[in-house]
Amino acid sequence: MFEYCVDPPSLEGLVWLSCYLTTGKHMAFYGAFGTVLLLLAITAPTALAFGFGGAMAARARLAPLRWFGKGYIAIVRGVPDIAFFLFFVIALDQGIEYLRHRWKCPEWDEPIRQGSDFLVCQAAKMPLGNSAQWVHEAYGFSLAVLTFAIVFGAFAANVLFGAMQAVPRAQIETAEAYGMSPRQTFWRITVPQMWVYALPGLSNLWMVLIKATPLLFLLGVEDIVYWARDLGSAKTPRFTDYPHGDWRVYYFLVLLIFYLAFTRVSEVVLDRVMARLTLGQATTAGEAQRKGA
Amino acid sequence: MKKIILSSVALALSAGVALADGHAKTIRMGTEGAYPPYNFLNDAGEVDGYEREMGDEMCKRAELTCEWVTNEWDSIIPNLTSGNYDTIIAGMSITDERDEVIDFTQNYIPPASSAYMAKSADADLTGGVIAAQTSTIQAGYVAESGATLLEFATYDDTVAAVMSGEADAVFADKDALVPTVEASGGELVFAGDDVPLGGGVGMGLRESDTELKEKFNAAITSMKEDGTINAAIVKWFGEDAKVFE
Repeated sequence: MFEYCVDPPSLEGLVWLSCYLTTGKHMAFYGAFGTVLLLLAITAPTALAFGFGGAMAARARLAPLRWFGKGYIAIVRGVPDIAFFLFFVIALDQGIEYLRHRWKCPEWDEPIRQGSDFLVCQAAKMPLGNSAQWVHEAYGFSLAVLTFAIVFGAFAANVLFGAMQAVPRAQIETAEAYGMSPRQTFWRITVPQMWVYALPGLSNLWMVLIKATPLLFLLGVEDIVYWARDLGSAKTPRFTDYPHGDWRVYYFLVLLIFYLAFTRVSEVVLDRVMARLTLGQATTAGEAQRKGA
Repeated sequence: MKKIILSSVALALSAGVALADGHAKTIRMGTEGAYPPYNFLNDAGEVDGYEREMGDEMCKRAELTCEWVTNEWDSIIPNLTSGNYDTIIAGMSITDERDEVIDFTQNYIPPASSAYMAKSADADLTGGVIAAQTSTIQAGYVAESGATLLEFATYDDTVAAVMSGEADAVFADKDALVPTVEASGGELVFAGDDVPLGGGVGMGLRESDTELKEKFNAAITSMKEDGTINAAIVKWFGEDAKVFE
């Protein structure tokens, strides 16, 4: 990185540290923070969308749709995250490849499962065998986002379902008295008012989601925990220019501070959102806000 | 914004099609990246070590385009069989149990010794607590030796367990232990006798990939014949390491 880093063993103190902290490996570590933030930025809205869809389905009057919604919530909430992550990603990946295989290579006559091998033709590989490394990484990352969205979507669906039921019956009744159709009542009365009931549950989910990002490593995405473990482990001088002892505790301390700072910022933001949503609501907090104003 | 997304999707798709029409497939080499000197990540964050050097040379001789990927040791075999990469080149000893699930090329490291490393040379190796990496032949050996087996996900974790006193000794490939012992400045020493284990280290492949296996076998044979492998073994594992006759 810096010009004076040519011969690391001769350096000392802060100069050594400045070189050490700017190795390619450390850059990958810093980049991993971006990966985690990007994952959250994409997953949170996607999971909320899944949750909204799930809650709507669970409330549907059409029975099969309702069963689907309730089944989604019940199954995903009931399976341990880690089992779901390990199973679902492999199943999804193989499912996609199987469908592409049927579509692209209809003349293939060998079985797809040979012993423990899962074999599809080269054209059906996802991503293709000759794709660049970043394509593989982007694909793994998308699988991770989708899996996170499905898991957290189920919890969000349950929260939103409860929030929709919590909207005071009097509000719905009034809307009906005005002659609104069920669809109008839902979009104009239920949805705008339910957020204040949903937010405590959703903010919990957000906090859990932030802390669940180390599961990324299970999905083959190199996240901050992976790099912290690798960088922190003792290094012998034969294999690195920067030998050091077991520094994992310092690296994990950095992660701890990062997660704490991040959840703290989230709390502040969520408190503000809550105050905004409470405005004018027929809840105790809304009433207190009105009196205080 | 929508346009940007659409055009980038279109670009990605057309790039995919263009690539598919192009040349033969890239061989993805799966490794652990945490077992020096076999394989590890260097300061630049790239895969390095004996297996990197040998793997690149094998690919060159077999006229293949190769690319390196890292995967956790624990799930390295399942991810090979499900097709996430095409080879395992991660210091994996050839054993009968593994051979039932995957195929191996001929060995590119001769059968070598495993050894115990502890804080003192008289550590209790048969009745004490021995650390080993999960799903290794060493872990299997410790489990049968009568000692209490303590398994860890990585080699580094096993060493840390001995340093912290959680385990009495580590049992691992001697070639991996030597640099650790040297760097410890006398704090860690070898204990007990060396144990010959396994049939050498080979490259793991899917059982259905017979063509690829032949290519790599031919490359390894030629590298054994012209002394490339022996030279690299001495370079990475030291003068005392076992070489091919």
